[in-house]
Formats: sequence, C-alpha cells, structure tokens
Amino acid sequence: MGNMSLEQVTENYYDVLKELGNIGAGNAMTALAQMLQCKVDMKVPQVRLLEFSAVGDMMGGEEQIMVGVFLGVEGDITGSMMFLVEEESARHLIRKITMGMLPEGSEFEEMGLSAMKEVGNIITGAYLNSLSTLTNLKIFPTPPALTVDMAGAILSVPAIQFGIFGDKILLIQSQFYDEVELDGYFVLIPDLESYAKILQALGLPVV
Amino acid sequence: MSEIIKVGMADLKTCKAPDGVTTLGLGSCVGVAIRDPMTKVGGLAHIMLPDSTAIKNGNMNVAKFADTGIAELVSQLERLGAQRSRMVAKIAGGATMFSFQGNSSLMGQVGQRNVEATKAKLQELKIPLLAEDTGKNYGRTVIFYPETGEFHIRAVGKDESVI
Repeated sequence: MGNMSLEQVTENYYDVLKELGNIGAGNAMTALAQMLQCKVDMKVPQVRLLEFSAVGDMMGGEEQIMVGVFLGVEGDITGSMMFLVEEESARHLIRKITMGMLPEGSEFEEMGLSAMKEVGNIITGAYLNSLSTLTNLKIFPTPPALTVDMAGAILSVPAIQFGIFGDKILLIQSQFYDEVELDGYFVLIPDLESYAKILQALGLPVV
Repeated sequence: MSEIIKVGMADLKTCKAPDGVTTLGLGSCVGVAIRDPMTKVGGLAHIMLPDSTAIKNGNMNVAKFADTGIAELVSQLERLGAQRSRMVAKIAGGATMFSFQGNSSLMGQVGQRNVEATKAKLQELKIPLLAEDTGKNYGRTVIFYPETGEFHIRAVGKDESVI
C-alpha cells in the first residue's frame, strides 16, 4: 500500500480527500470567524495534482506576495500544512485581530506578524484537530513558522518534499473569503505514504 | 525584439543573445545560470534537490537535480555551439524559507545542500563560478542575459541587484 502512486490516490479517492479538506477547512473557518467576529465563507475545496512548473501559478502567480504560515505535521501521519494569505488581505486581517492597535503600514512589523502567526497556529490547529477526530489518527502540528515572500518561493518548500518522490505535488486546497477584504488559502500536504494511512483509517480499501 | 524565456520549477531552458532567461520566486531551489561569453549562448536551470543518486525510483526529470540538471544544461548549450572550456556560471537561491524552532531536519537545510551540490558539480565540470547570491531567508526572482552575463536578482522589499 505504500506504493500507491499520486495518480492512483487522486483518481480513486478524489471525493474523499475533497471532503477531508471540506471538514478541516470548515472547522478552521469557524475558528477564524470567531476570532474576527465576522462571517467567513469558503469555496469548495480542490484536490490538485500539479506539475512543479504549475505550482507557482496556483495562487495568483509566482511573484504574488503572500504571508505564509507553515507547520509540520507529525504523529501517525506526516506532511505539512500551510495557511497563506495574500498581502493586502493579511494586512487587513492583522489590523482586525489587533483591534486597531497597530498604525496603518506597520502590520508586517514584529507585533503584527506575531499576531498573524498565532492566528495561523489556532486555525490550522482547528483544521488538524478535526482530521484527527475523523480518522482517529494522532496528528500533531509542529510550532509554526512565518514568512512574507513570493508565493513561488513559499511553495517551493512543500514542492521539494514531493520532489523526493516524483515529479508532481498532491495537495488539498481550500480558499476562504469574506465580503470585503479577506482572501486566503489552506493547503494540506500529506507525504505520499500518509495518504494510504488516511484512507485506511477512514475504512477505505487501499490497493 | 528580444524575448525573455520563462523557466519553471524543476525545469531548464537555453537561449541566444539578445534573449534572456528568467525564473520567478526561487525559494530553497537554486537558479544556475551558465553562458559562453564568446558565442553568447546561455541558459538557466531551476534545480530543487541536490542529488539524483540519492533517489531510487521513477524520477525522470533530470532538471530537478543539481548533478543531472547542470550536466543537461551544459550539453544543451554545447549543442547550441557553446564550448565547455569557455563556460562561466552564476548562481542564486538556496534560501531557508522557514526557520523552525529547534529543528535542523533535512528540509531545513535543503537550500544550503542545493547550493553545495551545485558548486560541487560546477567544479567537477571545471566551470568557474563568477558570482553568487545564495542562502539567507528570502525568495528571489532572477533574470539572466547571455549577452552581457548580467544576472539580475529581485527580492521582496529589496532593490534589484545585478551580479
């Protein structure tokens, strides 16, 4: 079962993985909406099998500046999880979360980024918790790391992980938004061998 | 009209002056630019991992690795009329995008290992490394012009530099 290829995983279990993304991101959204005290919507999650050359294009181009919170995933499954927010949207989110304490333009200084990291920590925690409950697998996030940089550079980190196994990356992506300014993504990137574990834990026959 | 050719992740492209080659948002990957100043033929490889021999199965993309990617770039340049003995290189990238607390795992060091493997391969092929902008913790967009050998580097919140 450890030999499942990315193509097999994607074709046979697309809907299951999409539903996982739906449940995880749904819980994360609830946590975010509570923190922001406003309504946050999300689009139907996508399960994507991408060539490395297409990775940069998935979120508005390689040079789109984004705030990325990155966590490792450990326990019964391994991989990584990212919370990515487009630059302007992140400024808005940071201002909102710090309740106007930060002067405009200073959102990406130490205090703002620290707040953003904590937001990322809480909502990715909510995402992974719901997956853990659903699958009965132990899933622990590592402490988060944050950077403000080009999307291509940020996404090279999980892409390199997949580069060890093959020439494509498989990820579960959920996009969230509100009426005005918020626009961002959750990306869950289990390592190849973890897909089999997740599917088995859900009682699915894994070839 | 000159053209700027785009190189994706785990990809490589060659060109002739006055055209140029670019790759956007290099993170821990390394951009290897090589040219022959006489024929003004040049190319750029966007490599992701240090060593193809460390990986066993089903990895057909030679551009992904420092060792095979640089060898392939050099042979493609030779087919365009460049000579190995005249080739020179510049490199950029190999950043550590996220600093993990108390974690010096494989992934934390992949940028540095990519840079080391790139230098080792260039040395093996006897291609002099003229300049580099590597390491640190930020992403880079690069453009290489085989006409002049200029390697332009852009990063978020920094002025464009030329090496």
